[in-house]
Amino acid sequence: MAVEQISYCGHCGESAAGITHDACAERLRMEPPRFCTHCRRRMQVQVTPTSWTARCVEHGETTSP
Amino acid sequence: MSTAAQETTQNGQNGSAEDQAILALAREQVLENGVPLDEEQILRVLRTSDDALSDLLALAHEVRMKWCGPEVEVEGIVSIKTGGCPEDCHFCSQSGQFTSPVRSVWLNVPELVKAAEQTAATGASEFCIVAAVRGPDERLMTQMREGVKAIKEAVDIEVAASLGMLSQEQVDDLVDMGIHRYNHNLEAARSFFPQVVTTHTWEERWETCQMVRESGMELCCGCLVGMGETVEQRAELAAQLGELQPHEVPLNFLNPRPGTPFGDLPLMESSEALRTIAAFRLALPRTILRYAGGRELTLGDLGTKAGLLGGINAVIVGNYLTTLGRDPKEDLALLEDLKMPIKALSSSL
Repeated sequence: MAVEQISYCGHCGESAAGITHDACAERLRMEPPRFCTHCRRRMQVQVTPTSWTARCVEHGETTSP
Repeated sequence: MSTAAQETTQNGQNGSAEDQAILALAREQVLENGVPLDEEQILRVLRTSDDALSDLLALAHEVRMKWCGPEVEVEGIVSIKTGGCPEDCHFCSQSGQFTSPVRSVWLNVPELVKAAEQTAATGASEFCIVAAVRGPDERLMTQMREGVKAIKEAVDIEVAASLGMLSQEQVDDLVDMGIHRYNHNLEAARSFFPQVVTTHTWEERWETCQMVRESGMELCCGCLVGMGETVEQRAELAAQLGELQPHEVPLNFLNPRPGTPFGDLPLMESSEALRTIAAFRLALPRTILRYAGGRELTLGDLGTKAGLLGGINAVIVGNYLTTLGRDPKEDLALLEDLKMPIKALSSSL
C-alpha cells in the first residue's frame, strides 16, 4: 500500500521531516487542517455542521473523513 | 477538624457560611420568585468556593427546570463568509488584522442549503448563518436573501443570522426575509470591552441589539468568558445581559487561536466555567442559555454533562465556524441519557 508523503504539518505548517507534531495532531482532532501537507500553502477551509473541506490551489481538495 | 469538614455545615450543605448565604438568597429570590440576581449578588455567586459548586449547580438546574422546563434547544451554525474581517476582536481567528492561518472563503447557496440539511438531520430546530464582517454589505445581503429563500423552500428549520452591526434598513430586510432570531454578542463587559476590541465600541453593539429587539426578531446576545476578565467584570457582563433581556444567551469559552492576541492565554479552569454557567442562569432565569464554542476544550465530556445539569438548556451541535465540535450523535445521546427532550421545531414557531 502506498504511504502518502507528508512534508508539512497541516496544523502549524512547519516541516514534518524528523519532527514530531504530537500537540498539533491533538489539535487536529478538534479543527481542520489549515496548511497543505505537500506545499505548506494556506488552504481555503470551509467548515459545515458535520463536515469540512480544505482546498489547496496547487494540490486540490481534502475532506473530512 | 479537616478543612473539608470545616467547609461542611451541620445541615449537610457544602461550602462556607457566605457560600450558603448567597445560595439561600438565590433559592428564595430566583427559584421561588423568578427574580434574577443583580450584579452584586452575581459577584457573590462567582466568588463561591469549589466546595459549594455541586450545590450551586444543583440550584441552577432547579431554576432552569422551573422557569424554562426540561427541553433543550438544539442549533447548528455555519459560516457564510469566513475570514478577512476588518475588525480586531482579539479572540477571533477570522480577523484580517492578525497572522491567523484562516483564509477568506464564501459559501454559495447550494452549499448553504446542504449545511441546513445537515443541521436538520441532527434533530436541530435552529440553523444560524454567520458572517465574519463588521456589518453586511449589499453582496452579503443578496446572498442571504437568496440563501434563506432556498433554505425555507427545502428544509424544515428556523433560520437565524449573525452578520455583525446592522442599520435599521438591514434589520427590516432581515425581518422581511423571515429571519426569526438575530445573534449579536456583547462579547465582554462594557468595562473590559476596550481590551478585547478597538475597532468598534461596546455601545455600537448594544445599539444593534436594541434595534433587533424592537424589530420583532428574537435577540440572541451572548459573550465569551476566559479572556482575562476579572470576576467583577464577569458579574458586570451577566448583569448587562440581564438588562438587555435577550431571548437567548450563547456562552462561549475562550479557545485560544493561533496568531491572535489572545492566542497564548490559558484555558479557563473547568470549575470556574461551571460556576460561570450557574451564575449566568441565576442572572437570567428564563433565558435560553446555550453552550457555544470552547466547551469541548474547557469542560470535556464530564463537564459538558455537569453544565447541562447546572443551568444550560441549549446546545450548538456539530462543528463551529472554524473549529470542530463533538459528534452530534454524542450530544444527542447525552441528552437522551439525561432525559432532556430536544425542543421540537413546532414549539419554537
